[in-house]
This record gives sequence, structure tokens and C-alpha cells, in this order.
Amino acid sequence: MPDTPAIEVSHLVKAYAGVTAVNDISFRVARGEILGFLGPNGAGKSTTMRILTGYLPATSGSVSICGVSVASRPDEVKRQIGYMPENNPLPEDMRVSEYLYFRGRLKEIKRRMLGPRIDEVLELCDLKRVRHKIIGQLSKGYRQRVGIAESVLAEPPVIIMDEPTIGLDPHQILIVRDLISSLRGRMTVIISSHILPEIEMTCDRVLIINQGRVVAQGTPADLRREVLGHSTYQVEVAGDIAALPVLLAALDPTLQISHQGDPDAEGFRRLTLSTENDAELGEPLLRTLAAQPFRLRALSRTNPTLEDVFLAATRRSWDVVATPKRPAK
Amino acid sequence: MKHFFTLLSHEIRMLLVSPSTYVAAVLFLVCMGFVFTNILQYYSSAPQEISPALVFFNLFWGPVLIMVPMLTMKCLAEERRLGTIETLLTTPVTTTEVVLGKYAAAYLLYITLWGSTAGFFVILKKYSGDVRFVDPGPLLGGYLFIAISGLFFVAIGIFASSLSRNQAIAGVLCFTMLLTLIFGLPWLAGFGALNREALQPVRQAVDYAQILAHRDDFTRGVIDSRQLLFYLSGTTLALIFSILGVEAKLLHS
Repeated sequence: MPDTPAIEVSHLVKAYAGVTAVNDISFRVARGEILGFLGPNGAGKSTTMRILTGYLPATSGSVSICGVSVASRPDEVKRQIGYMPENNPLPEDMRVSEYLYFRGRLKEIKRRMLGPRIDEVLELCDLKRVRHKIIGQLSKGYRQRVGIAESVLAEPPVIIMDEPTIGLDPHQILIVRDLISSLRGRMTVIISSHILPEIEMTCDRVLIINQGRVVAQGTPADLRREVLGHSTYQVEVAGDIAALPVLLAALDPTLQISHQGDPDAEGFRRLTLSTENDAELGEPLLRTLAAQPFRLRALSRTNPTLEDVFLAATRRSWDVVATPKRPAK
Repeated sequence: MKHFFTLLSHEIRMLLVSPSTYVAAVLFLVCMGFVFTNILQYYSSAPQEISPALVFFNLFWGPVLIMVPMLTMKCLAEERRLGTIETLLTTPVTTTEVVLGKYAAAYLLYITLWGSTAGFFVILKKYSGDVRFVDPGPLLGGYLFIAISGLFFVAIGIFASSLSRNQAIAGVLCFTMLLTLIFGLPWLAGFGALNREALQPVRQAVDYAQILAHRDDFTRGVIDSRQLLFYLSGTTLALIFSILGVEAKLLHS
């Protein structure tokens, strides 16, 4: 069944007493893809992930992992996934290698294969030095990596990690990012995170959810285009800018000055130009602005970060979802 | 049941490496030794009708009320508090296997602790040189009673632990349930109101569930299959409720 998607979620709803945590979410993840799961706190990320693992039952909708339904065949699904929950709970009083051995046995790895496999994941997660330490005495970064090592231990086709990089220092984040990237193509990975550059660098595709709904999905580049819908340029220019809008309109009808600063001592002012056109306008802009009567000092195209996309997408959905209904008079 | 032995050996290992197990075992033996010496002193001052083993097992409720909550309160409550139940249940392990693994480990520890008190009788036999003190009948019956009633008591402890994420609450809950079972039912049996015709089935049920009376039968050498059934069915019921308790908490977490 290599053509079935690794994860398929359709019309998933999860309601707790009075609260709908997940409201009609549908998405699919292809095999070998790395999906980033974004959303503000309480958006339903962890709930969705728990349902994917079969830990929580869904209220309605269907979820299947590698073509196997989570609701009807949970035991099979549990063999297909490696899961690292939020806050990465670990037993305090076991040694790292003992813990991995115990987990490996639970995940039905053959005793004969388990020793070499543990060595392999310890190497992969850079845990060799602490393999005989007690987990309760490890620092946060090590504990986090023990959690990651545990989730990849049985080489499952699908790995689900809830905030794997939380509480790590930049160096450790780099290690974790490389680790996740190294799984690309072999395993399907879903990670949720608040650290947006993280997601942008490791994930093939991003899913933004807010208030239990999918508000945007696609590659980071698609999202920028779809959610923000414009590109912006920063220029620093001196001269009479009253004539500028006409010139800009000649270049591109939607190009306009969205923000202008005050001139500094040398007469240069900083302008922000925005356009709905996606094509590169740098060169024509440069040519126009370098000509008389302007003097150009700097020109750059600003790349909206995923952060902007995230804020725009979640704000947009707040407007849609959280608009208070006026009581009829 | 593929993972039961993995879980059981893990639990036993955790008990063996934890210092608190040894501290608890030593304190248990100190208390029981104290009780035992007192019984012997009492016997040396005046001749008694019954064997010292009987008196020893008459006091079984003391260790049960204290040890069982202590041994079991941690089992499931701790897993839930740390959140490790989530990693445990997302492997191909069923809730039943988890609960049974915890239960079997707690029960083995309970039996080992009680079994170590057999040393008292060995010492007594060796130094008194008098076989009358160590009557094998009541002794065997007593230990059999401890082993069989222990099944039920430990299962109650596991059930209490499945209900709360707070160990202290689980402990108190277990203590209360055991107290009701051991002393509440005899107290209920003394109620005159139960003698009415309409309440006859209740009366019968209460009479049937007299743990103190069961103990007397066992130490006298009377092993009644109805009593065995009482403990075995109680154990099964408590374990089923524990499994349901764990799963219900997941549904509403």
C-alpha cells in the first residue's frame, strides 16, 4: 500500500464537556513528508495529535494511519507510530539505556536486535555520554533528546512529536533539526512547535490551526502568498517623493507606498512599498529610483517570515470565529 | 498478554532498585517482630488455650490496613501524574496488561513481606525446642488466608490508585475501603434492622462477606470454596473496575 497517504484525517471533531477542541479538521500527509503543526495555545494541536495516536477517542470523523483506521484497529496503529507527548514525560528513576530497553521491548523489537538499535539511536541523538545516567538527573536538553530517541527507536513509519524543541538551547535545536531532517523521505513526521523559524526550516508543509479549525495549509512559500497576499520592498531614497506614486504605478498598477518615514539629516527617507504582484520588481525599481531626480541608498525585498503568516492567519480566523453574535432585539 | 511479563519484570526491577522498598520491608518486619515478641511474652507469663500462630494471624488487619495502601497507592496515580501513562498506552500495550502488571508486582511484594515473617516461627521453633508452639496446621492455614485475601486487598488498592492522580488521596481511599470491608461489614451484621424478612438477602450477603470469620475458618483448617470464590470474584471485580477507571479517565482527560 505505498500509495495510501501516511496520515489521513477527515472531518475530525473532538468535543469535551461543552468545549469543541477540534472542529472539523481534514488533512492528509504523504509518506516521507514532514508536516509542521502550528497554532496558538489551546488551538487543538495536542488534542489532534493524541487522537492520531489513538490515545484519545474522537467525537466524530475518521483518522487513518498508513491506511489503517485508528478507531477500529488501534493496536495495529500503535505499531506504526512513535509518539512523543507534550512536556515529554519520562520515568525519573531509570537509566537512559534501561528506559530505551524497556520501551523497545514494549514496542516489540526483537531482543536480539534491540541492543544494536539502542546504540544506534543513542549515537543519533548524541546521548552516548549519558547512557548510564538516571533520567531524573539529566538536564532538560538531554531529557528532550531521550524522548526523541525513544520515539524513533522502533523505526515506525510515522512519528508524532508534540513540541520537540521546547526548552532547548540553540545548539541543541540545531541537533534536533538535523535529526528530524535526516528522517525525511524515510519516515513521515508531524511536529508541532511555537518556534516558527524551526518549522520553516525543517518542514515540507505547514498546517496552521486556530480554535480547532485549519486556517491555512501549504508550503511556507504558498502560505506567504496566500495569507499575506502581497510582497513588500524597503527602499531608502532622497528627493521629492511627490512624483513617486505615478512612476510606481507605471511599473506595476498595484505598487504603492504603504508607509513612509521622515527624512534624516542627509535627506534620505525610508519607504515601504507593497504590491500584490508576486514577480520580482527589484530591477525595474532600481532603474526607476536611481534615475534623476532621486538618489537611492538601499533597496531590499522583505521576506515575510512564517511568523507574519502565522499572525495574519490566526488573526484572520479570530475575526471569523470570535466575532460576538449580537443578540436579536 | 504478550507484554504482561515485560511490564511485570519492569515493575519488579523498579521495586528492587528503589530504596523505599527496603525501608518499608525493614519497618514492616520491625513492627511485626514487635507484635510477635509481645505475643510470646504473654505466652511465657501464663499458659494459653490457643497456639501463638492464631493470635499472630488474628492481628492481620493491622499490616493490611497500613501496608496495602502504601504499596499500591503509587501504582497508577504516579503514572498519571507524571504523564507516563500516555507514553505507555501509545505503545502496543493494552490497559489490561498495564493494570495487571502493576497488580502482580504489588501482590508479589505483599506476599514476600508476609512470607518473611515465617522466619519468626523458624526462630521460635529453633530456640524453644518445643513443637507445640509451632503448630503447622494453623500456620499453613494462616498463610494461605493471607495469600488469598491479599489478592483482593491489593486489587482494592490498585482500584483506589486508578481513581486519583494524587497518591495521598489514593492511599486514604484504599485505607477507607479496606476498613469498611474488614470492620464495617461485621458492624453492619450487628444491626438489628437487618433481621427483617424483607432484608433477608442483604443479611445473607453481609454474613457471607465476613473477612474476620473467614480468617478463623482458615486458621482452623477449614477451607471453604465459597470463601475462595468471594476473594477471587472480588479481585476480578476490583481489577475490572481499575481498568475501567484508567480508561474512563482518558475519555474525560
